[in-house]
Order: sequence, then structure tokens, then C-alpha cells
Amino acid sequence: MLLRHPPFALLIGILTVLAGLPLLGLPNTALNFLFFVLVIALAGQGWNLAGGYGGQFSFGHAAFFGVGAYTTAILQVRYGVNAWLGFGAGIALGSFVGFVIGSLSFRAGLRGSYFALVTLAFAEVLRILANAAPITGGAAGILIKLDVAPANFQFASRAVFFWIALALVGAVLILNRMIEQRRFGAYLVAIRENEAAARALGVNVLAVKLQAISLSAAITAAAGALYAQYFLYLDAAIAFGPWISVEALLAAIIGGAGTVLGPLLGAGLLHGLGEITKLAAGRVPGIDLVVYGIVLILVVAFAPRGVIGLFTKGDKGGEPTSHG
Amino acid sequence: MYSPAIIFEAVLNGLMTGAVYALIALGLTLVYGVLHIINFAHGALLTAAMFAVFALHVAFRVDPYVSILIVTPLFFALGYGLQRFVIGPASHGDDQNILLVTLGLSILIENGLLAIFRSDTRTIDVPYGFNVVEVGPLLLSQPKLIGLAGSVAVAILLWLFMVRTDTGKAIRAVAKERLGATLMGIDVAHIYAITFGLGCACLAVAAALLMPSFYVNPRVGNAFVLVAFTIVVLGGMGSIAGALIGGLFIGMVESVSGLLLGESLGQIGIFLIFILVLLLRPTGLFGAKA
Repeated sequence: MLLRHPPFALLIGILTVLAGLPLLGLPNTALNFLFFVLVIALAGQGWNLAGGYGGQFSFGHAAFFGVGAYTTAILQVRYGVNAWLGFGAGIALGSFVGFVIGSLSFRAGLRGSYFALVTLAFAEVLRILANAAPITGGAAGILIKLDVAPANFQFASRAVFFWIALALVGAVLILNRMIEQRRFGAYLVAIRENEAAARALGVNVLAVKLQAISLSAAITAAAGALYAQYFLYLDAAIAFGPWISVEALLAAIIGGAGTVLGPLLGAGLLHGLGEITKLAAGRVPGIDLVVYGIVLILVVAFAPRGVIGLFTKGDKGGEPTSHG
Repeated sequence: MYSPAIIFEAVLNGLMTGAVYALIALGLTLVYGVLHIINFAHGALLTAAMFAVFALHVAFRVDPYVSILIVTPLFFALGYGLQRFVIGPASHGDDQNILLVTLGLSILIENGLLAIFRSDTRTIDVPYGFNVVEVGPLLLSQPKLIGLAGSVAVAILLWLFMVRTDTGKAIRAVAKERLGATLMGIDVAHIYAITFGLGCACLAVAAALLMPSFYVNPRVGNAFVLVAFTIVVLGGMGSIAGALIGGLFIGMVESVSGLLLGESLGQIGIFLIFILVLLLRPTGLFGAKA
């Protein structure tokens, strides 16, 4: 119960502990790793809102990640816009793209596998366009100029990036927890469990789904914009590639879909496991992903409510698993 | 701006590629029609089959067309086992779980192949790889013509199997009415696994037909599977005839739009069709009402 619906004090406590990590004098490789985990966690938190709480399984969250990343990069490189403004614009445009994709697919009545397929297709269309259009730098990609200054959203210290990522993840944790306690959260879960019943009880299903996908896209777009700002390089395969759709989904599902802490826990566990595998197996490409695949199957088979579900046996049956 | 001969050649080339697409889509649509699941591992399984054909050729000099006799039963067994012992038990009968399990399988297979074969793109050399057949003024690739003939033959065989044999009838019974079939004494789990095995067997044949004129790398299946999804959605989920016609049509669209828009943008045509069909008519052009 504690982990499934954590009180705000616990969330603040977890965030405080995590914020202390860079003060331990960790090497840059460790900070890189932690930052990357937080970016994946953030993308996963976005997925979790629509997919975990709302039951709308997207296989194309790369669309939002990529729009967030490319928007901030293009505004800076091509139009000389300030990086912080670009960051905001990336989130806004990502959210708008979420709204558009959501409007088209939800109005067409796409659910379950069909929704997964259509989101995948949208992400692929964006990937092909980004790979061909001149404004994105085409196949060569786009490079944000290295100009370290806080005003440019570039920092010499990796710890600062870590704290910014943590602040975003923390803000979404608290937002998620608030949503859980409000009508919007209850509506979302109702739609996931039984859309027809939710509609019959007076829930405006389309409006709730559209709010969820817009917010979900905004969060994942923030992850994309943050990624662009940290690595200062993008190409179509990074920004819109299936890898990030899969990472976002895995983090949420493995940690515990529809739980506040699920995506953060899932991202940490997966990438921790991935690093251990790489250490154990040496430089074999793809070996960490082999482990991800196995973990996903095992979690679905033996822990259908994610790793968090393993620790919260208490409220079994409180929330029935969804039916397709 | 393009002479009719060039357009005509693009259409014919598209038809030949489309036939193999159709074969891949056939496996996907069969599994969907019976199990009502979207098999996200389909692309990875195709890649695995292509590597199997490749490995047989490199290790034992087995001709790719001969390897059909080995790889097809192997993949039937693999598919049977996967559904019976992994996908079925792991997903507890929940649609979204099936989606996730097959996604997990696809990540596992694709990266397993990457770990074994690395990311290099490989081809196999066969003496007839670049043979052409003259048809009037046109030169058609011989391996691609064989691909067309092979795909159509498999589609006909599969249709005969579904119509004439008891197992085929059982599969159709389960597809139509699972509970009723169970009450008639049909072992549904067994039929599910057989169907999944048949889907994988289609992939094995497609892989063998592709290899003489195509390349393989650990990600090659992804490109095919998205096209196959498009075909399945276009043709109507679960429809064998729909998959065949849809495959030929999509092959033509890809070839012609590739000619007009260039290779990389050409694919956009397919995805736009995919999205439009999903949004406007998700039951497909040939599909029954859901």
C-alpha cells in the first residue's frame, strides 16, 4: 500500500536521497548513467499516464520524445532561440502532437492493439520525415553548438543536469500522486478497467483520454528535450527510433504500470541490470537488451503488476487486472 | 515525365516484392484471425528465419530454395513451442499481456541475433542471384519471379489446408467460436499453437524466397513487419485473400512511390495508407465488420 500509493512525505524523502547522490563524489560515468536512467524514467512516466493509468498502450511514444528533442534543437540552431524557451516550446509542441494523434485515433475508436499499431506508425512517419527533411539536418543529424553557460541550458557539471532531470522526475511524481487523488485519475482508471461502463456512468471518455495523452506526450517530450540538451546531438533514429518507445513502455510496465513510482523503479532496475549484464558478458552488442526482453516476459508472466506489485500484496483484488 | 515502360516495370517489380510481403502478412493474419493477437515478434522471427537460411548456406552450402525443406518444419516447431510454452502461459489470456510478451520476444530474438551475428549486413552468393528473365521488352529478376510463384503456391496450399483437412477445419472453428469448439472436444491450446506454428512456417518460406536476392541483418525484419502490419490491416485482420491482395497492392505502391519520391520517402506512402486505413476503416477493405 505504501509503495503503491506513496504518501507525499515518502516521495519527498526518496527525491532528497537521490538528490544527494552527486555529492558522494561519483565519477562522471556514474553520473552519466544516473542521468540517462532519469531521462528514461521521465519518458516512462509520460507513457505511464496514458498507458498505465488510462490503459491506452502506445508503442509510439518516440513521436513525442522526438518532437520535444527536435523542437528545442531546431529553434536554437536555426532560429537562435534561447535554449530554455526552446525547452518549453519542445514540451508544448510535443503535447500538441499528442493531442493531434490522440484526437485522430480516439475519435476513430482505436483501442488496444489497434491503438498500439497506429501510434507506432505515427512515430515511424515522423522518423522518416526527420530523416529526409532539410530542417532537421536530414540523415546527418543536427548538432547544438557547445556553449557552456546556464543561460544556454548547458552546464560544465554533470551534477547540475542530474538535478534538473531529478527535479522534472520529482515534479511528475508529485503531479501523478495528485492526479491519483483527483477525479481525473479515477476517470482514467475507470476507462482502463471498462470504457463502456465509464461512459455509461457519465465520464466524458474522449475528453479524459485526450487530456491524458496530451499530458503524457508533454512529459515524454520533456525527456526528449532534456536528452537533446545533454548530448547536443540528434538524428532521426535517436529521436524517433523505436528504442525510446520501447524504453518508455518497459520502464513503466516493469516497475509497475499505473503506479506513481513504477517508471522510476523500472528504469533504474532495467538499466542497472543492463549494466551488470554488460560487465558480465563483455562487449557483446545487444546483450543488455536480450536481458530486457527476458525480464519483460518474466514480469508479465509472474508479476503482472510490475515489481512494485510484488511488494504490495496487501491490496490484491482492489484493482482487477484489465481485460482486453 | 516517366515513360509508361518504366512505370510498368516498377509495377511488375512491386508485384514480385509484394508477393513475398503477402506471404509474411499471411502468417501474421492467420495468427490474428485465430488467436486475435497481434504478434509483435513476427518481424524478429522473420529475421531469425533469414539467418537460419543464411547459416545453412554458409555452413553446409545448402541452396536457399532447398533449405525451405529444413527451415519450414523447424520454424513450425519453434512457433508451436513458443505459443504453447511461452506466449500462452505467460499472458494469462489477456490481450495486452500477449502484446507485451510478443514484444519481449521480439526484443529478445532481435538482440540475441545481434549478439551472435553482430550488426553486419550479409548476403549469400548464389550463381543465379542476378539472373534475369526476358519478358517482351522487360528484364525481370529470376529470384524475384520465383518469390512470386512460391508465395502464391504457399497461399494456395494454406487455403487448401484450411478447407480440406480436419486440422484446418478445427482452426477455422476455433477462430469463429472458441467456446463452441472447446465443447466439441477441440483442444484449443493445441490449435492455437498449430496456428502460431503455421504463421512461423510462412515466415520460413518467405525467408528462403527472399535470401537469394536480399540481405539480412539483425534489424531487417522490422522493415518487413511494418509493411506486413499495413497489409494485414488493409486486407482485413484474419483474411487470407485480403493478405494476398493487400500484399500485391502494397508492393506496387512501394515500388511506384519509391520511383516517384525516392527510396526513403517512398516508405511514407505505405505508412500513410496504414494510418488512413486504421483511422477510417479499421476492419480493412476485405474484412468483416468487427
